[in-house]
Amino acid sequence: MDTMTTISQPDHATMPGVSTPAKSRDARRVRGLSDRAIAWLFVAPTIALLLAINIFPLIWMIRLSFTNLNLSMSYLPLRFVGLDNFRDILTDEDVWFRLQTTAQFVISSVVLQVVVGFGLALLINRQFRGHSFWTTIILLPMMLSPAVVGNFWTLLLQPQIGPFNYLISLFTGVPPSSFSMTGQVSLAPWTIVLVDTWMWAPYVMLICLAGLRSIPDYIYEAAEVDRASAWRQFWSITLPMTVPFLMLAVLFRAIENFKMFDMVNLLTSGGPGSTTELVSISLKRAAFEKWRTGYSSALAIILFVTVFGAANIYVKTLNKVKQR
Amino acid sequence: MTAAATRSTAHSIVEASPRTKAFAGGLVILYAVITILPLLWIVATAFKSQSDAIAYPPKVIFEPTLEGYVNLFTVRTRQTPDFIAKLPPPQTWYDQLVRKRDMVIAGPSKVVPRFVNSLIIGFGSTFLAVFLGTLAAYAFSRFRIPLADDLLFFILSTRMMPPVAVAIPIYLMYRQLNLTDTRLGMILLYTAVNVSLAVWLLKGFIDEIPREYEEAALVDGYTRLQALRKVVLPQAVTGIAATAIFCLIFSWNEYAFAVLLTSGEAQTMPPFIPFIIGEGGQDWPAVAAATTLFVVPIVMFTVLLRKHLLRGITFGAVRK
Repeated sequence: MDTMTTISQPDHATMPGVSTPAKSRDARRVRGLSDRAIAWLFVAPTIALLLAINIFPLIWMIRLSFTNLNLSMSYLPLRFVGLDNFRDILTDEDVWFRLQTTAQFVISSVVLQVVVGFGLALLINRQFRGHSFWTTIILLPMMLSPAVVGNFWTLLLQPQIGPFNYLISLFTGVPPSSFSMTGQVSLAPWTIVLVDTWMWAPYVMLICLAGLRSIPDYIYEAAEVDRASAWRQFWSITLPMTVPFLMLAVLFRAIENFKMFDMVNLLTSGGPGSTTELVSISLKRAAFEKWRTGYSSALAIILFVTVFGAANIYVKTLNKVKQR
Repeated sequence: MTAAATRSTAHSIVEASPRTKAFAGGLVILYAVITILPLLWIVATAFKSQSDAIAYPPKVIFEPTLEGYVNLFTVRTRQTPDFIAKLPPPQTWYDQLVRKRDMVIAGPSKVVPRFVNSLIIGFGSTFLAVFLGTLAAYAFSRFRIPLADDLLFFILSTRMMPPVAVAIPIYLMYRQLNLTDTRLGMILLYTAVNVSLAVWLLKGFIDEIPREYEEAALVDGYTRLQALRKVVLPQAVTGIAATAIFCLIFSWNEYAFAVLLTSGEAQTMPPFIPFIIGEGGQDWPAVAAATTLFVVPIVMFTVLLRKHLLRGITFGAVRK
């Protein structure tokens, strides 16, 4: 803080974010840079980058979505096909099936993560000895690369050699090679939910824990005075006061899982058949394996619109939570 | 489970009874142990021999070997025992390990270049994102910017898009600009993704620094930029460091863009690791070794970030 009391000479040469011409032309003018100019100079690079990397490509993609572009047959003349791609997608049963698969994955994984995460948060909130160490351990999976997680779980879930099936067979007596978590139509959708929960239940836990800790003690003390049962306290105090945090966690998780690609792509690559083919995996196949660029651009735009709808709700909720 | 835990604390919820604490602690520790087992299994697999790694029943006790790590870093060719017998004696411990399997080392594998790519792309994009993010966050925090809320929402919304969808036009654009499979291309892309997180997180951190400090500096004759550099930045150092680590973790872990937009030159670790193959499919000890080396920095960062984790994962929405 002592630098504040000494007036140093202005040295604009090392200032970040100042455009060169202004700097070299007249140092006094830089000194007088209005706050508005600085604000503009500071925000512009970020906006420019996002326009170049996000918005320009997006506009290009909107254009492509009205064409028949197929990169594996790029010798074909580029033809504008109007809304044909959108019609094809929205009338395609397969696409609806992928969306259904995605919705099932999103809902079951988020529900499971909320149950496990909230439960863990309640337990950790008891402040037993060493809770901070064990919480850090529990948090580890969510910091890992989803792709790497998907990859190493394929080893853990191998029917013959994997420890998962072996453990299950130890407890239930079912022979370990009699079922395959990633290769069986009946199990694979649950497998991706299971691994996703292993990874992200801690995420819900961490947010819920913040919610629980935001409840002031005096509310519980008042409830004690009124002789409210612990059960009643949970339903009338703990749960309602944690709900905004819970909602935030649910929205974050729902959006992330709607976009899910990496972990599932490596764990099951959409299989067996297409039982775990989430919409992102389907999009990747259309765009980067069949190279149907026009068609997949249209599908991508449909997904954008869906996510944007969700994002709006998300930001509104986020602001509500912040206002508390 | 939760109901039981709540009920048994009827006398006081503010300070749980020792019995409740023990019960809660027991359950949490049980969950923590189950959750860490898969990771421990991978760390252990890295020290197994090829045959121990795929043994049935799965081996918990085994003779540790560094074969997995040697295989990760080398390319080997199988030779006849006669050929190997004629070779001069092995020069190093890893030569010796490889020869026991009737193989000779043909050269280094691609893991080091991939690791270097991860580092360059990770640090490059982190530096750019934090630099741009700090400037923008300061402006959003201190100045009245027209449509600030809309701009902030726009910045965040770029992160809502599914990566596979974003990759389609980026792929076409990069093809035109010759940025496909280049580090520069990946750095720019990751910077664009990270800058949204950086702006939101840093705005939160800068909001918490009292304006009075700067105002005092301005009165003392500082320019805005001097005040930013000498007063605000030193105060925001912790926040900037935490933000940088979050950006680094994102770039480090990212897979979708990497697998779709790189194939060799600029490939990072996540798309590389699953394709470490031996003679019969995936070389699990080597994959596990790569995973271990890849995950260790993340574990360290998690411990370092513990205090700021909540803020980071909620884009600054929840603070403790």
